[in-house]
Amino acid sequence: MSETVPASRLAVRKTYKLFIGGAFPRSESGRSYPVTDHKGNFLANAAMASRKDARDAVTAARKAVAGWSGATAYNRGQVLYRVAELLEGRRTQFTAEVRAAEGVGARAAESAVDATIDRWVWYAGWADKISQVRGSANQVAGPYYNISLPEATGVAAVLAPQDSSLLGLVSVVAPAVVSGNTVIAVASESRPLPAVTLSEVLATSDVPGGVINILTGRTAEIAPWLASHMDVNAIDLTGAADDAADDLADAAADNLKRVIRPRTADGDWTGSPSLHRMHAYLETKTVWHPTGI
Amino acid sequence: MGKFEYAPAPESRDVVALRESYGLFIDGDFVPGQGDGVFKTISPATEEVLAEVTEASPADVDRAVSAARRAYERTWSVMPGRERAKYLFRIARIIQERARELAVLESLDNGKPIRESRDVDIPLAAAHFFYYAGWADKLEHAGFGPDPRPLGVAGQVIPWNFPLLMLAWKIAPALACGNTVVLKPAETTPLTALLFAEICQQADLPPGVVNIVTGAGPTGRALVAHPGIDKIAFTGSTEVGKEIARAAGRRKVTLELGGKAANIVFADAPVDQAVEGIVNGIFFNQGHVCCAGSRLLVQESVYDEVLASLRRRLTTLRLGDPLDKNTDVGAINSPAQLAKIRELSDAGEAEGAERWSAPCELPVKGFWFPPTVFTGVSPAHRIAREEIFGPVLSVLTFRTPAEAVAKANNTPYGLSAGVWTDKGSRILWMASRLRAGVVWANTFNKFDPTSPFGGYKESGYGREGGRHGLEAYLDV
Repeated sequence: MSETVPASRLAVRKTYKLFIGGAFPRSESGRSYPVTDHKGNFLANAAMASRKDARDAVTAARKAVAGWSGATAYNRGQVLYRVAELLEGRRTQFTAEVRAAEGVGARAAESAVDATIDRWVWYAGWADKISQVRGSANQVAGPYYNISLPEATGVAAVLAPQDSSLLGLVSVVAPAVVSGNTVIAVASESRPLPAVTLSEVLATSDVPGGVINILTGRTAEIAPWLASHMDVNAIDLTGAADDAADDLADAAADNLKRVIRPRTADGDWTGSPSLHRMHAYLETKTVWHPTGI
Repeated sequence: MGKFEYAPAPESRDVVALRESYGLFIDGDFVPGQGDGVFKTISPATEEVLAEVTEASPADVDRAVSAARRAYERTWSVMPGRERAKYLFRIARIIQERARELAVLESLDNGKPIRESRDVDIPLAAAHFFYYAGWADKLEHAGFGPDPRPLGVAGQVIPWNFPLLMLAWKIAPALACGNTVVLKPAETTPLTALLFAEICQQADLPPGVVNIVTGAGPTGRALVAHPGIDKIAFTGSTEVGKEIARAAGRRKVTLELGGKAANIVFADAPVDQAVEGIVNGIFFNQGHVCCAGSRLLVQESVYDEVLASLRRRLTTLRLGDPLDKNTDVGAINSPAQLAKIRELSDAGEAEGAERWSAPCELPVKGFWFPPTVFTGVSPAHRIAREEIFGPVLSVLTFRTPAEAVAKANNTPYGLSAGVWTDKGSRILWMASRLRAGVVWANTFNKFDPTSPFGGYKESGYGREGGRHGLEAYLDV
């Protein structure tokens, strides 16, 4: 039938892949799973990440820590701001994908995308300010110069919210990366496509490979490997099922990961964020030095 | 050079009035335990029994938590911050007034030299209360929002190495923020906590705001597992810390755990000062310090010079009676700890490191271990990896700053580190790369209530001290 309508053209579909170390591999397991819209219509096959993919992502994230946390805060701020610029350019595409993924109206999808872009900008601006807000000069009772500064904790595993496919994802990833952490994000299981498109934005921005890695697949399958991984320093359990979160926190205690539990306010990602997520990925280092001549 | 002979200069014990037995401090009163468990606390320097102490049962813990809950809801959380502040100022003052009594009692029960309990532990404990007292009515300016709320009842478990000071680190910020507490002191050092309970009475602190339950591991477990506890604070071993992290569920936890700090000496460091820092870093408090500089990293070119000077200095350390004002190194806190130090030291020798101990006579009674240095230590040796928590120093060498950083960070711990060099830019370069919560540059083992303290990685999470220390006790 379509042959009789010459104006209609068969679309070239996109292959949705993982994003690890700046590259786009399929799952090493060779698995994929069908993603549908809210009405059950087929949208695409997404890669179903395996334990090996998760471990590869941790390796890539670890490799990226030194460069990213060692970059100047001004540089990190600019790099993240550029992500917002590129998101803006793809606003229409993201709106369509969020709409398909979440089954919301055009207006709601548009405002979610706008909020996402604005959130990147908000976090980008924190890069060179968090240290001043979070650090302190301490007046110790003695002839010492004493200062406390925040530092990135290292590699963070982030289980992105299951409902808010783009705004939710960005709201949990940005607070980790802004201060120099690197991230393995597990996208919303049933709504992963906006996350994959975000990874394409990241790949063409100036974010170094490995700083943000995005996995799609079954959260319940991937999360335990990240929670128990001894080279992961923090885990955000926001996207974990309620009955799985305690077990994941238990596994996270093996190397005393910093654990971020979802808060009541997290249901609504449109609200203005508090600083607790940024704080959760920061260590405080206190340096002493004697004063004297 | 021969050692100077000193006449004994013992601090008088008369200032301390010990009771024969102690109950639990619950709801403002000393009460007997509901079970019949008791244990004895001894002086580790002489093995003399000091007193009998109650072992709190789960029922006792439950009583203490209920008292803390009532005090939280009816009194403490609704009291204006400026009033809470005045109670804390009172406590700080009484600690100062009774400082000598506390210092003697601490040295008796813990085995640490009176010089340290008198000049470090007790003054810092008082300073901690004084510092956090001032925060109680200023919390809205602390950077955690306009009306930060307390968490509720805090369950606190502290170690035996700095008994009263750790109590102060836990109780002062908790109370300043409006929480009430149930605190369990270590089973080998409960006495200053029980004397602190008397101080709370003297200060007219409302009943139930501070509760002290004595006991060992089972009491601690009952406290941490109690559903009425809203916040858990623990200082102790990484092993128990992980157990607590698992038991905590969704409650807020702060953990201050083990360490294996590197103390890094560069060739351009003033050797005499560095050696003083090395000695203070590992032999302060018999090395019973989580942030002790237990791995000495010396730049190869000054290795011989530093080691010779270090050995010479160690021969002048005076080990013995903790109550003698000339004593530098006191007793090991318990037979169990002594066994652990011996086991790891033996492992060091067995694995091929060379052992050297300062020549000193060990008293016949009590638990003692001479200041000991291991050379020829490889990063794979147990004495380079495991926390010994005793007066044992492992010496390694390095050539370049990058190698020093790599070796220093090659540990699951991340509590503290030391750097000795005359070059400012190198200090800052090193400080930014060492994965540790406290970096002492050209000094070591300095503490202050205004200065945040706590670890990276498996040394725990959360900070104690300073503005940062408030966060552990606020719902933020």
